[in-house]
Amino acid sequence: MNALALAMLFRDKAKFFGIIMGVTLASLVITQQGAIFLGLMSRTFATITDMGDPDIWVMDPKVQFIDDIKPLQDTALYRVRGVGGVAFAAPLYKGLIRARLDNGQFQNCVVIGLDDSTLTGGPPSMAAGNLADLRQSDAVIVDSVGAIEKLGRINPDGSGRLPLAVGDTMELNDRRGVVVGISNNTRSFQSQPTIYTTYSRAKSFAPAERKLLSFVLVKAAKGADIADLCGRISAATGLAAYTRDEFKANTVSYFVNNTGIPINFGIAVGLGFVIGTVITGFMFYSFTLDNLRYFGTLKAMGTPDATLLRMILLQSLSVGAIGYGIGVGAASLFGRAVSQNTPLAFLMPWQLLVISASAVLIICILSATLSIRRVIRLEPAIVFK
Amino acid sequence: MNSETMSTATAPNLEITPTLATEVVVRCRGVTKTYGKGTSAVRALRGIDLDVGKGELLMLVGPSGCGKTTLISVIAAVLDRDGGECIALGEDYATMSNAARTQFRARNVGFVFQAFNLIPTLSIAENVAVPLLINGVRRGEAVKAARELLGQVGLGDRTNDLPSRLSGGQQQRVAIARALVHKPKLLVCDEPTSALDHATGQRVMELLRNIAEGHDLSLVVVTHDARIFEFADRIAEMDDGRIVRMSTGEGHRLAAAHASGPLSTGSSATVINGDDPATPPQQGNRA
Repeated sequence: MNALALAMLFRDKAKFFGIIMGVTLASLVITQQGAIFLGLMSRTFATITDMGDPDIWVMDPKVQFIDDIKPLQDTALYRVRGVGGVAFAAPLYKGLIRARLDNGQFQNCVVIGLDDSTLTGGPPSMAAGNLADLRQSDAVIVDSVGAIEKLGRINPDGSGRLPLAVGDTMELNDRRGVVVGISNNTRSFQSQPTIYTTYSRAKSFAPAERKLLSFVLVKAAKGADIADLCGRISAATGLAAYTRDEFKANTVSYFVNNTGIPINFGIAVGLGFVIGTVITGFMFYSFTLDNLRYFGTLKAMGTPDATLLRMILLQSLSVGAIGYGIGVGAASLFGRAVSQNTPLAFLMPWQLLVISASAVLIICILSATLSIRRVIRLEPAIVFK
Repeated sequence: MNSETMSTATAPNLEITPTLATEVVVRCRGVTKTYGKGTSAVRALRGIDLDVGKGELLMLVGPSGCGKTTLISVIAAVLDRDGGECIALGEDYATMSNAARTQFRARNVGFVFQAFNLIPTLSIAENVAVPLLINGVRRGEAVKAARELLGQVGLGDRTNDLPSRLSGGQQQRVAIARALVHKPKLLVCDEPTSALDHATGQRVMELLRNIAEGHDLSLVVVTHDARIFEFADRIAEMDDGRIVRMSTGEGHRLAAAHASGPLSTGSSATVINGDDPATPPQQGNRA
């Protein structure tokens, strides 16, 4: 009877494609919008992601997210270093700096000052040059997207921009910077160019302030319990100490709670779910109504209700699986296209696929429930009317 | 199995014609059925007494709304009666659960519908295989059996066609094959010829009768079509929820043999009255 149920559905091409379209739409919108949302959220902690080395981030207790800088005194670094279980601790400066472009305009950039001796917290990989070249005079490293797009030099013939290259000089807060490398970074949420330099040079670029230490990056000693170490650093210094994942979660939490981004994407995902449910439910119910006479015939001929229920569920789940596959496939293709050619954020982890599959499952069950109620209540005697 | 030899179909103050068969397949006694409640209640069956014998072709005739469809629904176990007794193949419907009745229908009852009710998206072989699939037969075996039976009804070369590609008569032959494929003991037919022209209707009835004879199958046929009365062993005329007259098909066969053209619907009462209900016909008197 299962093959019969599938044949009834698949061979009714108009209804079949209509139902598939509904499920596909829901699956596509939920997955694609969800992936863009997750992509955007992952960019909020791009700086943390790119600094893979430190286990613990130490900061002022009032800091809510990575861009919320509340500077510390330089002595904080030594207090952290004094906590048992800390293999090493390095200072990190993170701030904004104005780069003057050769057309006279200014571009705000994120400047990251790395520990002069260890260069802890450097970019994940280099497209050109070496991280160690930061030790040269006035040296800076620029991220590749910034070097191409926002900091690129104007082409003499006026046709676009020439990317910054190793050896170029730039003006940073009235200070000279020499590009010694181009780094490959994760795109950040604000999409500002990122400039790496040493901690001491970053302080010279920055406006004069009494406190300039943004974070202390900590590497735990081998075998140390990181969560326990965080607690001991906090207790010993009065500062906040978070693992990398905790700091990422804090950052995402801030954006989720303080911006309209989740609501906007939530509305889009919700609309996709509702529209998908309505289209699928309507088309599937319509398919059942069209076949009600035949379900009645099957019932009269002795098909048990349980078998009819199984047939309808199978039909519903089959179109669900097909529509989900097409929708997720289309979302993947979309993601592949945009991640290569545009700055659009897109992140599709397996958890998102589980969520969209669950949504499609709910749509299928809702649609099938309407049909099942109708068929189960159907009197077999209807076949003689 | 009930094995009354001369059961009767009765109605108040009526002469009765007994079933011709030696074995009773369906026995109804005092069957009542009412639709609705209170002032809007409609009494569809008002105490039906009826027997259907093994291998018998019984026709239920009468005006629209007289209770034919309700009675055939009760006999086929697709509708609960309100009162009285209905026993088929030794099973009392009153003591059966819904699930048991469903299983009973799957195993013992074949259905032929006025509008054929063939599933339009399935091939005719798949349609015919449905009762076997319901009974748990594997798909391959079911379709193979369906193809063989379609060959017997003259559609062996059309087994992969969809129903929409067949004529009305061919579709009804498919429906008959579907009704027979699982070898039921009781076949209920609702207006099997009303959607067909006269010649096709005659062929369909010949097919039904031949199959009934060949398989000792009991047939209950609801019809308005007086042109097929000649195929009946007995004809139960209903009115207002009662069987008001029982007759044999003998008179119709004689009339058909002598008539120059088909009998009109309007002549049915005359033809029925041509039978002598007081004189029981002999067994095995089919044309």
